[in-house]
Amino acid sequence: MTPSAIELAARADDYRVARYAAAAIALSLVEAAIPSPLPGVKPGLANIVILVVLARYGWRDALWVSLLRVVAGSLMLGHFLAPGFFLSLTGALASLAVLGLAARLPARWFGPVGLSVAAAFAHIGGQLALARAWLVPHDGLIYLVPLFAVAALVFGLANGLAAARLLADRDAAAL
Amino acid sequence: MKALLRLIRPGDWLVLLAALLACAALLPYAFSGGVPEKALVKRDGRVVAELALTESRRIEVAGPLGVTVVEVQPGRARVAADPGPRQYCVRQGWLTHANAVAICAPNHVSLALVGRNKGYDSLSY
Repeated sequence: MTPSAIELAARADDYRVARYAAAAIALSLVEAAIPSPLPGVKPGLANIVILVVLARYGWRDALWVSLLRVVAGSLMLGHFLAPGFFLSLTGALASLAVLGLAARLPARWFGPVGLSVAAAFAHIGGQLALARAWLVPHDGLIYLVPLFAVAALVFGLANGLAAARLLADRDAAAL
Repeated sequence: MKALLRLIRPGDWLVLLAALLACAALLPYAFSGGVPEKALVKRDGRVVAELALTESRRIEVAGPLGVTVVEVQPGRARVAADPGPRQYCVRQGWLTHANAVAICAPNHVSLALVGRNKGYDSLSY
């Protein structure tokens, strides 16, 4: 019997996407170990990687890394196709949509910090919209909105600074 | 700190300002949750009075032990007097939040504040 072999030719940018996705997944896993007073309030450290990829290689690569991160991260954490997975996917897609638009702004004026904060707000916006429509169809959710907004501001700023710092650092270019 | 600030570009400050304003605008929602709208007085699980929390009133509810007095003032309500032996519901004092409950079990009377939305006792994720 001849063994069947499927050859998948991986190009250099496939390896690059995989490498960044691995970094993003690792950050997601680390983050899952951090206790949080409220489910959903998380630093979103993987977004640092997304911002770096967006700045260096463009939106398409950022989309790939982000979606790989969501799917593989949820497989590793064991919540693939659970509600948390869909929240995470919606947040990722919403923030990628905003990043796609914001990346067209002049880079001289808008850097990773601005993009990060805008993306963080899109992230919670998308998640809360899905949660309201599907998981908790109740207006009581609105009491949590301010909390999520403050978290988005704080973590968006922190992640943006981290990404800007990495992008400005020549030594980190080999990441 | 200075090195960090250099990483923030002019437009980023605009985004941060907008985000800050959004947070400030949303803040009141965090505290609007517990506003009660009316007081429900029950005896043996049946509603005997529904009082709007807009004016001061006192009502008396007769139970097996005697008369429980419920007092309502704008925005709050309490059990003013109860014949029960341990006086738990009286000592709870004024109830001010939606979904707060004072139960006078010996006399089969309960007082509950309800808001626009029914609250949950607990949520698990």
